[in-house]
Amino acid sequence: MTTDPILIARGVAKHYGAVAALRDAALSVLPGEVHALMGANGAGKSTLVKILTGAVRPSAGSILIRGREHTVRSPAEARRAGLVSVYQEPSLIPDLDVLANLRLTDTPLEPFRTFVEELGVPDLDLSETARDIPLAVLRVLDLARALAIEPDVLLLDEMTAALPANLAERVLDVVRRQSRSGRSVIFISHRFIEIQALCDRATILRDGETVGVVDIEPGIEERIVELMLGAKVEKSRIKAAGIGASAKPAGPARLGVQHLQVGTKLNDVSFDLANGEVAGVVALEGQGQDELFGVLAGSIRPSGGEVLVDGARVSFAHPADAIRAGIAYVPGDRSEALLGHRSVRENIALPFSARLRNWGPIDMRREQLTVLKAIERLQIDTRAQREVQRLSGGNQQKVTIARWVASDARTILCFDPTRGIDVGTKRQIYQLMRELASQGHSVLYYTSELEEVQLVCDRAIVIFGGRVVDILPVELADEAALTRAAYGLPREAAPVATEAGMQDGAGAP
Amino acid sequence: MTRFLRRRGWVAGLFILFALLLVATKIIQPGYGAGDFVSLSRAVLPYAFAVAAQTVVVIAGGIDLSVAAMMALTSVTAAAMMNGASPSYALFVVPFVLALGFVLGAVNGILIIVTRVPDIVVTLAMLFVLQGAALLVLSAPGGSAAEWLKALVVGTVPLPLLPDAVTAWFPKALLLLVVCLGIVWIPLKHSKLGLSLYAIGSSELAAFRSGVPVARTRILAYAFSGLFAAMGGLTLTMSTGIGAPIPGPYLLASVAAVVLGGVTLGGGRGGLVGPIVAVFVLRLVRTDLTLMAVDPNVTTIVEGVIMVVVVMLGAFLAMKGRSP
Amino acid sequence: MSNTVLPDSSPLPGRRLKRLMSDYPLVPLILLLVLLVAVLQAMRPGIVNPAWIATTIKFAIPLAILAGCQTMVMLTGGIDLSVGTVATMAAFIVATQGVHHDPGVAIAIALVPALLIGLFNGIGIGVFRVHPLIMTLGTGLIGTGFLQVYQRTVISTGTAVPPSLAWLGTGLSYGVPNALLLFVPVAAFILFLLNRTGFGRLLYAVGDNEHAARLSGVRYWQVILTLYVLSALLAGIAGLLYIGLIKSASLSLAEPLVLPSVAAAVIGGTSIFGGRGGYTGTIIGALILRVLITLLTVMQIAEGARQILFGLIVLLVTAAYLRIIEDR
Repeated sequence: MTTDPILIARGVAKHYGAVAALRDAALSVLPGEVHALMGANGAGKSTLVKILTGAVRPSAGSILIRGREHTVRSPAEARRAGLVSVYQEPSLIPDLDVLANLRLTDTPLEPFRTFVEELGVPDLDLSETARDIPLAVLRVLDLARALAIEPDVLLLDEMTAALPANLAERVLDVVRRQSRSGRSVIFISHRFIEIQALCDRATILRDGETVGVVDIEPGIEERIVELMLGAKVEKSRIKAAGIGASAKPAGPARLGVQHLQVGTKLNDVSFDLANGEVAGVVALEGQGQDELFGVLAGSIRPSGGEVLVDGARVSFAHPADAIRAGIAYVPGDRSEALLGHRSVRENIALPFSARLRNWGPIDMRREQLTVLKAIERLQIDTRAQREVQRLSGGNQQKVTIARWVASDARTILCFDPTRGIDVGTKRQIYQLMRELASQGHSVLYYTSELEEVQLVCDRAIVIFGGRVVDILPVELADEAALTRAAYGLPREAAPVATEAGMQDGAGAP
Repeated sequence: MTRFLRRRGWVAGLFILFALLLVATKIIQPGYGAGDFVSLSRAVLPYAFAVAAQTVVVIAGGIDLSVAAMMALTSVTAAAMMNGASPSYALFVVPFVLALGFVLGAVNGILIIVTRVPDIVVTLAMLFVLQGAALLVLSAPGGSAAEWLKALVVGTVPLPLLPDAVTAWFPKALLLLVVCLGIVWIPLKHSKLGLSLYAIGSSELAAFRSGVPVARTRILAYAFSGLFAAMGGLTLTMSTGIGAPIPGPYLLASVAAVVLGGVTLGGGRGGLVGPIVAVFVLRLVRTDLTLMAVDPNVTTIVEGVIMVVVVMLGAFLAMKGRSP
Repeated sequence: MSNTVLPDSSPLPGRRLKRLMSDYPLVPLILLLVLLVAVLQAMRPGIVNPAWIATTIKFAIPLAILAGCQTMVMLTGGIDLSVGTVATMAAFIVATQGVHHDPGVAIAIALVPALLIGLFNGIGIGVFRVHPLIMTLGTGLIGTGFLQVYQRTVISTGTAVPPSLAWLGTGLSYGVPNALLLFVPVAAFILFLLNRTGFGRLLYAVGDNEHAARLSGVRYWQVILTLYVLSALLAGIAGLLYIGLIKSASLSLAEPLVLPSVAAAVIGGTSIFGGRGGYTGTIIGALILRVLITLLTVMQIAEGARQILFGLIVLLVTAAYLRIIEDR
């Protein structure tokens, strides 16, 4: 491997306003190499991919393909330079049939057919509309289409994620052969087994920076996990002594989830959330956590299982039903929750007006009082309060939480509330969660930043592939243990007995 | 097979509906014959082009409120240019007017891309601009059309070897419609540009990722819309012999027929045949109601109800499909 | 190229002006209105007098009410093209029913179709999720059809505009248009509704971010249904006033006001995407349109050129407004 790299990215950065999605990313791919791109959630992988493929323009940095600098402005340009990507969501046009999709991208038919067959879809009907094709097959077609163009560099983003095992196997085979014929592959995956089996080297991103490039060899997982987590920073534990261990109030759990099923995304999930508890949910991207929160928030109807509130069965047809049952949802993407052009006050007061009987005149003074109290409690910086979209990310996030503090919701579902916000605000949010819990509120807290679990939560529920794979008491839920569990690896040096106990615990904690 | 039915079923259903309506017409009015069909075709002509203009844009995921105004402008332009001119001059007028429509349509698209103002507002503003321009060209109905142009939409096509009873059912207007639309639409639909139109209407993100030049495609969609509207404007002048600067009821009709013709608002689905058949259906309904001595105004109600019910049904089905 | 980001507190002068305008969007509007009036006065000295002002206001009021419907609907990201038909229906029915019934009864009858069309719109858009443009276009078409049928049944009775409506529509008291007696409460109602009621908050919320509203427990269909009924009723009232002003019933009476009503709302700063805007701007927008029309008439510009200018101005103002609101 003494040849020159075919693709080099140097010092790539991307800012969205004051937020840096990518600070200083570097990537170098050799010809004929399968190169893994790894990083925890929010490390900047997807931004780097978007920049490489021209969907997003970088704020800084350069990209060299075959030694020549390229400004990639669109996927079409990237393709002309020899770089083709297969995205997580297939990019076939839903309303066109397969043949038309091939024509649209000037894909030669014969190689495409060959690849499709090799990938294990033998009897493909080219006149089928993309919309009617199952997702797994669609992803395979997307891949075959990319392969048929014979790109120098093929970028696969979580290619095997939605595939059944037999198809995934075939995909890996084809990718391997691709590299043997001298072409390069950038492979993004959460699955160590695949990376171990397929890749030559891996570039690891953390917090928008490239923190290491390693050769893949047996036992490298630990090193990669280490790189992804970064140097173990000293943690100032905010957790008030004894809260986690404090005796839980008797009586039925605040929220009970039993054998919950959502299509193929969520499988037999059961756990309880006690009064005054903050339960952490830990999972890699797309393991079913979105569906879990969706069901509890009343946005998604489960296909099986039960949800209990205070011991009584409930079924939500609309978020309004969940809110009436005292369950509020703070989505991970702030833009999903905020009225960007409205004031802080209106954003916080929004749930007050939701019900028909509150459509009348607003008691402005009372509203002002309630809102101010919530603003004070969350210490929201209201200098730019005319339009919420002008607030900083941290303050925006506080507003989404303040809304439910003002409404006094008993159960709050927080989906990654600290994503992309500054350290100070993070602390305030941790503090608030603990405060809420000590006042008897219950919080279900999904986080992509594993160190938060021990700062905020009383327990960690780990989900992988739509199942609860482990429920860790907070003492054991350090980053290493959570990372292993989230990747579906068994607990480190776990005695066999605990293993069995864990499985039971997953069913009924 | 079911897939085929689902995709072509709508258009097939429309054809059947049209046939049933023809039968019904024959029952209501036993004297209904070839002559009436010829005049139906002639009446349909401007509507059909208006619908074609709307269809192209809707497939690409947009909407064009300026269709009727565009027809008015092109119609008066043609009528004014041909006024007192020699018949051969009309040979120049026709391509000029078509080009005018194409360019003005492209202006619609460019304004949408450049100003980033939503298509509804841009085409609404253009409605006023084009309508005003039409008034500048001719302040009152007037002008004239070359005789040979007028003759193109009158009577039937003389088909050799076929008996009169058969040729009587082939109106020139229908032939003109099929030829004009076919000459543009068939190559377009099978070209990459045609695919791109469907692509940006179906999913702009997927289209972008598939390498489709989204902005250029959108502009061309409006340009072709303008071209079809210009054809419609020409047929207006051809069948009336003059140009009228006030837009006709073609905007509403075009949207109604597009929806009834199975083209999803929002884009990506449907074709041109469906909406055109839908126009015939809507016109024939009007004829039937008139023949049944129903107040002609009830027809407007019927048309509106058909449109609203069809859209509601479509929206309802889409909702069901989304949450299985 | 480094990671530093411009601090938010020191924007460039141009940006500061932009931010000022986006904070107080009414300022540029009022300036534009004053400018137009000044230009008018300069071109035809003496034209700006109390009588002219009264006339301008009289004609601006029906437009402003219809634009009020449009504003509320546009706040939710919709559009109501049936307001013209609804207003015409109310006007035509009151004029024909006024022959037999006393004005109160006639007005009540005239508002029934408005209620029905509003309900129909609301169900279609709120429950079935039909695109508002299509739905209101369709119901407008149906309404026009019914009106035509209705016209035939009353063709022999003739029309009689209730004198009270004529007084309201055309009359002046101490040089002030009586129409203000209706308009001031209507405008106050709309402003109060938008700014001081839960329902008003929901209009903005649904238009700004429907998903967020849903997550906060707002049921979309309830808001939309109420909204379109309200819009139709207001349109009906505008029609009643308009017949008092025009005094001759026709089947397309208020139809020419539809697109200007959209334009007035757009010029007034209400976004067609929803979530942004307010009624004060719309009222100024309606006045701007009326003054613009006078101006173009005074300039003796041909009708055609007037329409062209009209279209271009609507487009220009919208594009400019978009720039002010966006990328700060």
